Amino acid sequence: MSELSVNHLLGIKYLNKQDIQLIFETADHFKEVINRPIKKVPSLRDITIANLFFENSTRTKLSFELAEKRLSADVLNFSSSQSSVKKGETLIDTVNNILSMKVDMVVMRHPNPGAGVFLSKHVKASIINAGDGAHEHPTQALLDSYSIREKLGEVKGKKVVIVGDILHSRVALSNIFALQLQGAEVMVCGPKTLLPKYIQKLGVKVETNLYKALNWCDVANMLRVQNERMDITYFPSTREYTQQFGVNKMLLDSLNKEIVIMHPGPINRGVEITSDVADSKQSIILDQVQNGVAIRMAVIYLLASKIKQ
Amino acid sequence: MSQKVLLNAKEVNIILHRLACQLIEKHNDFSNTVLIGLQPRGIFLADRLAEILKENYKVKNIQLGYLDITFFRDDFRRGDKPLEANMTKINFIVEDKNIVFIDDVLYTGRSIRAALTAIQSFGRPNEIELLTLIDRRFSRHLPIQPDYRGRQVDVINNEKVQVNWKERDKEDSVYLIEK
Repeated sequence: MSELSVNHLLGIKYLNKQDIQLIFETADHFKEVINRPIKKVPSLRDITIANLFFENSTRTKLSFELAEKRLSADVLNFSSSQSSVKKGETLIDTVNNILSMKVDMVVMRHPNPGAGVFLSKHVKASIINAGDGAHEHPTQALLDSYSIREKLGEVKGKKVVIVGDILHSRVALSNIFALQLQGAEVMVCGPKTLLPKYIQKLGVKVETNLYKALNWCDVANMLRVQNERMDITYFPSTREYTQQFGVNKMLLDSLNKEIVIMHPGPINRGVEITSDVADSKQSIILDQVQNGVAIRMAVIYLLASKIKQ
Repeated sequence: MSQKVLLNAKEVNIILHRLACQLIEKHNDFSNTVLIGLQPRGIFLADRLAEILKENYKVKNIQLGYLDITFFRDDFRRGDKPLEANMTKINFIVEDKNIVFIDDVLYTGRSIRAALTAIQSFGRPNEIELLTLIDRRFSRHLPIQPDYRGRQVDVINNEKVQVNWKERDKEDSVYLIEK
């Protein structure tokens, strides 16, 4: 079996097609493992992993922690709200202090884009980017593509629209890279104010009419409006946003085909997606969460196999 | 590199029938017994034995599964090559069952050690036995011995035993290859 071309998972843009294929095949095996009565394997029993979360997270943090524990790694958890970062310690110092306790791998979420890349140049540990500002969230994009592959057979040739707040979304950027690498067509759809100015340079279609976008696509990935990252007002009101860019059952029923609905979570029910859609048969939101553990196990396992004894 | 034939197709066939008969002698109608081929190479032997039991000896209800041991191996990060995982397919309950592990060559015993740990993820079997086509004598790292063996051979460490199956390698044969 081949191995990953990288020693860190900093973003999808550093991966190639074979890397994604290898991660998916490995994830298939781990998906089988996590459906056994005993869901744990001993592979990483001599590896210690630190989860450094400088920004809030529930799902990603739990998913990484579970993946690490299912691989038998020792796990350290750190969140910046209870740490010396508040006392003025730099990122490199914080991480080097943790690494001096013999940690082999770091999973990091950070509000600044490029934090993972920066860290990988300065510390001796495998780094997994669990989200850096509005830059990349590679494991989310991998699990999204993996879920599409599971539902539709393959990603190649599929049409995927990413709807909502593209401007502040690391999920959107990583998804665009991952989907294009696998030969899917990508469209972004949202209010003009939430679409980055030069987004079409990435080779994606741009649409501001949700009905047209949904009629074009096989899969719609609905993003949350990231109010916490908004310093100015990007649209008049939440109600108006919902009317133009929210998905509801009536809208889906008016399409001439059945499309797959995805959402990276957390969902704002009634804003970008109504409850009846989120809980419908067309929605694979909970499959995405389950696949997240298998994908993260695969990424951690493949990176750990490159850490020398 | 030189090679010597240890078993030809006819000999392999005779041994497979003997092993099948030995399994019947112990397990009767296989009502509480399951066969588990160890990935990657044990599955060919397992398939073949299951087929002989069904076709030649009219044993019904043979339950056959494949077990991959990659994530349970003790040499992760220790070799030059990355470990390759294979499919595990166990579509039955192993709790309280009599299990027969099936592999082509028993060498150090480390794969079997890994398999013994891996199968516990599926439940607590009543008993586990081991069947191998080739038993390499004097090369064990662990106290593991087969319950059913095709042929015992003395092979030194720089020699390799290669088992070929007609499904994959066009012929049934066992070679001793000197590196």
